[in-house]
Amino acid sequence: MQRLNYRVVIFAFAFLFGVVFSIPSLTQSESGKKITLGLDLQGGLHMLLGVKTQEAIKSRIKSIAGTIKYILDDNDIVYDDLSIQGDKITFKILDSDDLKKTQELLKKEIEGVTILNSGDEFSISLTPKEIQKTKLMAIDQAVDTIRNRLDQFGLAEPTVAKQGTDKILVEVPGIKTPADEQRIRELIARAAHLQMMAVDEDRAARVYNMSPQEAKKYGDVILPDVKDPNQKYLLKQIPILDGSMLTDAKVGFDRNNQPVINFKLNGEGAKIFGDFSGKSVGKRMAIVLDNKVYSAPVIRERIGGGSGQISGNFTINEANDVAIALRSGALLAPVYVMEKRSVGPSLGADSIKQSTIALVLGFVLVVIFMIIYYGMAGVIADTALIANLFLILAIMSLFGATLTLPGMAGIVLTVGMAVDANVIINERIRELLRSGASVSKAIEEGYKNAFTAIWDANVTTLISAVVLYVYGTGPIKGFALTMSIGILASMLTAILGTHGIYQMLLPKIKKERLNFWFGIKA
Amino acid sequence: MELFKYTEPVKFMAKSRHFGILSLVLVLLSWGLIFTKGFNYGIDFAGGTLIQIKYDKDAPLKQIREALAKNEAFKGANVTYFGSNQEIVIRTKSSTSSVGNDVGDEVRQLLKNTGNFEVRRVDMVGPKIGGELKEKGLMATILAILGILIYVSVRFEWRFALASVAALVHDVSIAMGAIVLFGIEVNLDTLAAILTILGYSLNDTIIVFDRIREGIRTHKSVNLGEIIDESVTRTLSRTVLTSLTTFFVVLTLYIFGGEIINSFSFTLLVGIVVGTYSSIFIASPILMWLGFDVRGYRAKEAEKLKREKEKEKLRAMYEQGTL
Repeated sequence: MQRLNYRVVIFAFAFLFGVVFSIPSLTQSESGKKITLGLDLQGGLHMLLGVKTQEAIKSRIKSIAGTIKYILDDNDIVYDDLSIQGDKITFKILDSDDLKKTQELLKKEIEGVTILNSGDEFSISLTPKEIQKTKLMAIDQAVDTIRNRLDQFGLAEPTVAKQGTDKILVEVPGIKTPADEQRIRELIARAAHLQMMAVDEDRAARVYNMSPQEAKKYGDVILPDVKDPNQKYLLKQIPILDGSMLTDAKVGFDRNNQPVINFKLNGEGAKIFGDFSGKSVGKRMAIVLDNKVYSAPVIRERIGGGSGQISGNFTINEANDVAIALRSGALLAPVYVMEKRSVGPSLGADSIKQSTIALVLGFVLVVIFMIIYYGMAGVIADTALIANLFLILAIMSLFGATLTLPGMAGIVLTVGMAVDANVIINERIRELLRSGASVSKAIEEGYKNAFTAIWDANVTTLISAVVLYVYGTGPIKGFALTMSIGILASMLTAILGTHGIYQMLLPKIKKERLNFWFGIKA
Repeated sequence: MELFKYTEPVKFMAKSRHFGILSLVLVLLSWGLIFTKGFNYGIDFAGGTLIQIKYDKDAPLKQIREALAKNEAFKGANVTYFGSNQEIVIRTKSSTSSVGNDVGDEVRQLLKNTGNFEVRRVDMVGPKIGGELKEKGLMATILAILGILIYVSVRFEWRFALASVAALVHDVSIAMGAIVLFGIEVNLDTLAAILTILGYSLNDTIIVFDRIREGIRTHKSVNLGEIIDESVTRTLSRTVLTSLTTFFVVLTLYIFGGEIINSFSFTLLVGIVVGTYSSIFIASPILMWLGFDVRGYRAKEAEKLKREKEKEKLRAMYEQGTL
C-alpha cells in the first residue's frame, strides 16, 4: 500500500457502498431497502383498463331523472311521461300554473344541465362542459374505487394509477392461483350498482308478455331475478335511490345461516327510503344489484332508520367481495381490458433461475477470458466488473427500482459492455508499452487517450437507453434502467477505479514482467 | 496473450468496394424480405392472446387442439410446444375486453380433461393498444437515431454523424432481415433488442471514429484512406475482443436464459455480429465516400484553435484592463 490515491479511495468506497446496500436484496432480509421484483419475475397480474365513459353519462342522466322526480313529487307538481330519451330527460307538467315554479326549482336544484321547454313539455340535457366533467370524473372515480377495493381485499401492494388521460393501470403482485386471479378481476370489474326500484304493480302481471320496447314506453324496465333468470320483474325505470347514498355494507347471516349483506343509508337516503315506503305500503320494492333483482319484498309499513339487506344465493367469498365493492362505491362507468398480462408464480421463479444461470455463466466466462488475455490487468478489470455488479444492485435497491426479466438481460449485457472500457484502456496501454513508453507513462497516456472514445461511446448508448426508458412500457423500462445504471456505474468502476488501482500498484509493476502484468512480451 | 499484433496497417480500404457491395446486397435482401414476407408480429403489436400452459407430463397437442376447436373464439388458434414437450403456448388473434371472465379462464375450462396442467402466463393485448405500441416503438427508434445523429455531429463532424447513422441503418436492416428470415416473433422485447443494437453498434463505430479523429489530427499523411486503415487496425483488437465477450455473454443468455427472452437474445446476437462487421468494414469507407476532406478539417480545427486563442488573448487584455 504505497501510493494511496483519491481514485482508489473513491473506488473502495463505491465497492463498499455497493456491497453494503445490495446485501438486503441478495439475502432477501426483512429489513433494509430491496429491489422489487417485476410482475414477470414474482408473478402477478398487470392490466391496462379502459373506461366506458359513455355509460357514466347515461347513469348521470338517470340519476338526474331521479332527482327531478323527487323534486316534482316533493313540491306537489303534477307531471306525466317522465322518461329518458337518448341523452335527454323529458316530461310534461299537467298544470300550466306550475311552469314558472318548475323552471325555478330545476334551475336551483340541478347543476350542469340545459333546461328547454316548449309550453308544458320539458327537455333536459347535460351541457357539453358537464359531459366532459362527467367523463373525467368517471375515470378518476374508477381509479379511486378500484384502488379502494383492492386495498380492502387485503393484497400486498397493489398499484392502481391513471395512465395517460383515459387508461387505468392495475398491477397486483403475488397472486397464487388462476382462480384467485379471476376473483380479483371480478372484484375490479364489478359495477356494484345498487338500486332500489319500485315494482310497476299496475302492469306487473303482464311482464312475461311485454317487450323491452313496450316497457320503456311506460317508463319501465324488465330485469331478471338473480337466482332464476327466467323470472322477470317489471320495474319503474327511474330508481327510488341508488348506492351513492350508501354508508356501509357488511356481511351477515340470515336465519338460515346464509350469507347476506346488510347495508346502511345516509340521512338523505334514509329520508327518501322512509318517504317512499310510507307512501307505498302493500306494494313491492325490488333491491337491484348490477341489473339483477336480488329480492322484491312487499312493503308492510314505513321503513325508517335507513338500513336494508341484500340476500341472494351468495357464497361467503362472493358476499365478501360484493360488500367490499358496495363499500368502496359503484363504478360510475364500466371498465374493460385493453391489455392484460398475468404470470404465474412458478413461471416467474423459473425465469429468475434461468436468467441467473445465464448471468453467472456469462460473468464467469468474461472474468476468465479477461485474466487469460490480460493477466493482472484482467484481474484489475474483473475487480471493477464485480464492483459494477454490486453497484447496480445497490443503486436499484436504494431507489426501490423494479427488476424485470429484460432487466436481468440488461445486467447480463452490461457485464459484456462494462469490460469494454477496460479492453479499450488495456489495448491503449499495450500499444504505448510496445512503442517503448515507460510503465507509468503508458498507464497515464493510455487512460487519457482512451477516455474520449469511452465517453462518446457510453453517451450514445445512454441516449438510446434513455429513449427506451421514456418510450418503453413495463418490463422494457426495466431493461433500459439496468443498462443505464450499468453504464454510469462502469464510468466510476472501470475508468476511475482501475486507474486508481494501477497508480497504487505502479511501483511494483516492473518492465521485465509485462507478460504477467499486461499479458504482452516485454 | 496477444491475438492481434500488426506492425503494418491492414489494407481495409483497398477492399472497401467489395464489402460495400456485399453490404448493399445484404441490406437490399433484408428490405426485400421485410416488404415481401413481412414481420411476424406477436401479440404486443398485432393484438391477441397468448397463453402458456405447463403439463405435468408431455402435453397432448392433438387433444388440446380438439378441445380448443369446440370454442368459436379459438378457431385458427395456434398451439405449439414452448421450450419443452411439457409446455405449450396457445396463440389466438382474438382478445376479450371483459375484465371478469377472460380467455385464460375459458381455456382452463376447455382443457379441463386434457390432463393436469397449470396456466403459467396469459398475455392479452387489445387491438387499440397494439397500434399504440407500434407507434411508440417507431417513435422511439426515430428519436434514438435523431439523438445520436445530433450528438455525433456535435462531437465529431456531420459526415461522421451521417456515416455512423448509415452504419446503424445497415445493422438494423440486416438484423430485421434476419428476424423475418427466421420467423422470429416481433414483440416489445424484440424492439428493445433493436434499440440496444442501435446503441451497441454505434458504440463500436464511435470507438473506431474516435481513432480516426485522432489520426486526422496527428497522422503525418493527409490521405484519409491511410489514416482509416491505421485507425481500424489499431482498434481491431478492441473491436473483436469486446464483441467476443459481449457475444458470448448474450449467447449464454440465448442458451440458458429461457424461452421467453429467446427472441430478444437472438436479435442481439445477429446485431452484435453485424455491428462488429459494419464498424470494421463499412462505417469508415462511408466516411470516405461522403468526401471527407482531411486538409479542410485540419484547417477548420486550426481556425477554431486560432479563434479560441484570440478570444483568450482578448480576455487576458480585458482582465488586465488594457482593452
